[in-house]
Amino acid sequence: MGRYVIRRLLQAIPVALGATLLIFALVFALPGDPITALAGEKRMDPAVADALREQYHLNDPLLLQYWYYITGLLQGDLGTTFSRVPVSQLLVGKFQVTINLAFTALILEGVIGIGLGLWAALRKGKATDTAILAVTLLLISVPVLVTGFVLQLVLGVQLKKSLGIDFFPVAGAFEGWRSYLLPGFVLAGTSIAYLTRLTRTSLVETLRADYIRTATAKGLTRRRVIGRHALRNALIPLVTYLGADLGTLMGGAIITESIFNLNGIGQQLAQSVYLREGPVVVGIVTFLVMVYIVANLIVDLLYAVLDPRIRYE
Amino acid sequence: MSESTPMAPGTSDTLLNPAPPLPPSPGSRPGKAEKPASLWSDAWHDLRRRPLFIGSSIMIVILVVMAIFPSLFSSVDPTQATTCQLATARQPPSAMHWFGKDNLGCDTFARTIYGARVSIVVGITATIVTALVGGLLGLIAGFAGGGTDTLLSRVTEIFFAIPAILGALLILSVFDTGNMWTVTLALSVLAWPMIFRIMRAAVITTKSQDYVVAARALGAGKSRIMFRHILPNAVTPVIVISMINLGMFISAEAALSFLGVGIRSPEISWGVMIADARPRFLEAPSPLLFPAAFLSITVLAFIMLGDAVRDALDPKLR
Repeated sequence: MGRYVIRRLLQAIPVALGATLLIFALVFALPGDPITALAGEKRMDPAVADALREQYHLNDPLLLQYWYYITGLLQGDLGTTFSRVPVSQLLVGKFQVTINLAFTALILEGVIGIGLGLWAALRKGKATDTAILAVTLLLISVPVLVTGFVLQLVLGVQLKKSLGIDFFPVAGAFEGWRSYLLPGFVLAGTSIAYLTRLTRTSLVETLRADYIRTATAKGLTRRRVIGRHALRNALIPLVTYLGADLGTLMGGAIITESIFNLNGIGQQLAQSVYLREGPVVVGIVTFLVMVYIVANLIVDLLYAVLDPRIRYE
Repeated sequence: MSESTPMAPGTSDTLLNPAPPLPPSPGSRPGKAEKPASLWSDAWHDLRRRPLFIGSSIMIVILVVMAIFPSLFSSVDPTQATTCQLATARQPPSAMHWFGKDNLGCDTFARTIYGARVSIVVGITATIVTALVGGLLGLIAGFAGGGTDTLLSRVTEIFFAIPAILGALLILSVFDTGNMWTVTLALSVLAWPMIFRIMRAAVITTKSQDYVVAARALGAGKSRIMFRHILPNAVTPVIVISMINLGMFISAEAALSFLGVGIRSPEISWGVMIADARPRFLEAPSPLLFPAAFLSITVLAFIMLGDAVRDALDPKLR
């Protein structure tokens, strides 16, 4: 187990380096000169511009710039924006919004996905099962862009207009956890569908196992057979799926944040790309890549803990 | 499926699956009626009777015709600025203008029809590019193994770690202008590793099959083994995932155009229409809802097709 952990950690290093270098190269290739853009309409004194370029290492070759960035990153320095704000300071409040959103989505995904999957598996081949599968097909097919606006209109506005229920705020994060309900569901949509299908398949397979027949033959109640014996075993692949999904949800939050006007890292990223704030863009994407890599690592290790049948050397 | 012969490689007889013929089994007479059904003709036989397949195919045919000849569906040409009248902005749907008018007084129905082209072209092109690039590299990596495989696999891991929409946003912002081809490029760059992985896994499984070993023992060359023996038998999962990906590409194109880095006005795309209608969305929802509905139906059609084809090609999943 220890050797496996070390090997996995070592494998993650080239992936992290490669991904950040790729992002760095793309940001480097962005058209326009950020220093000229900084001055806006006015023309900047060439001496000042040169001094700034020197300060931000903009004249150095790509790999050297990347080297400066990575060494800074390892010392916990995400760099500074061209308007001299430390990137880490700029992102603190915004990470909170995105993390809240991603975890709301993850909880909704777990509850709804496993619930629907369980229901479908227990009614396999019946109308309920078919209906749930059709719902998952819809959830997979309808883009976030569409569910976001439609739910905003129906649950956020029409519900308030017609029934006077004002439960789902449609923009901003001013209402505490309620602000995240609607965007969280929209963000989780596709994942809910996949998790439902996975739960259904996993549980249907588990229910065929010999130990389930044994448990039933012992005279245990159906509730106990399903809850204690089947569900626990069927849950293993689902937990790992949920864990790996965290990175996907955080990376996919940009559209949801835009629709619901949540001031998270997705919004910041879109804005920084337009303003050519290289350090911010690289900082955000690096963070997301790290979340992805760490989440996958934890999931792989969790697998061994949850299922004692799996052994790593 | 019970009457089908085992899916041995040599039993196929379609163009899609040109594996070498096996000697006829004893007792079977040569002749058309005796030809065993191949995986593909079997799947086709099965598909023709699936309502899911028929329904999605009809929808896709309509959408493709719409993309090629939009003027068949709408008498108004929205690319002509003169068809927009600002005075009639945000008119609700009526008999004259089925989907109402948008914020600039343009006919939403005509724009929605003309928007199909971008989605279909981006979806199909990106699917073909990723299938070719990912498939070929996956075939090479799976077949060659060793250093080539390790190198290519590490490269795909790097791409997997980058969130798709963010990566596409970065790639697209490198270009000053956004159009169908830059969007296709960005999506292809990020999506080929997925096809690569599937192809590689299928090739590795196929490589150790007896008929490949036999072909090698008979002295077949490397490229012959790769393209005549392994590829036809490993390509099925790639085709299935590609069809589902097609829907995802269309969805991603709309998202990128919505964010302002994909297709840009005055070009018409459903994503652009949604972005344009957004500021006045709550008072005039129809300019947003109609392109959104078309977008959803298109993605749904392709995903349904992919589901149907997967079920037909992989009887084990049933």
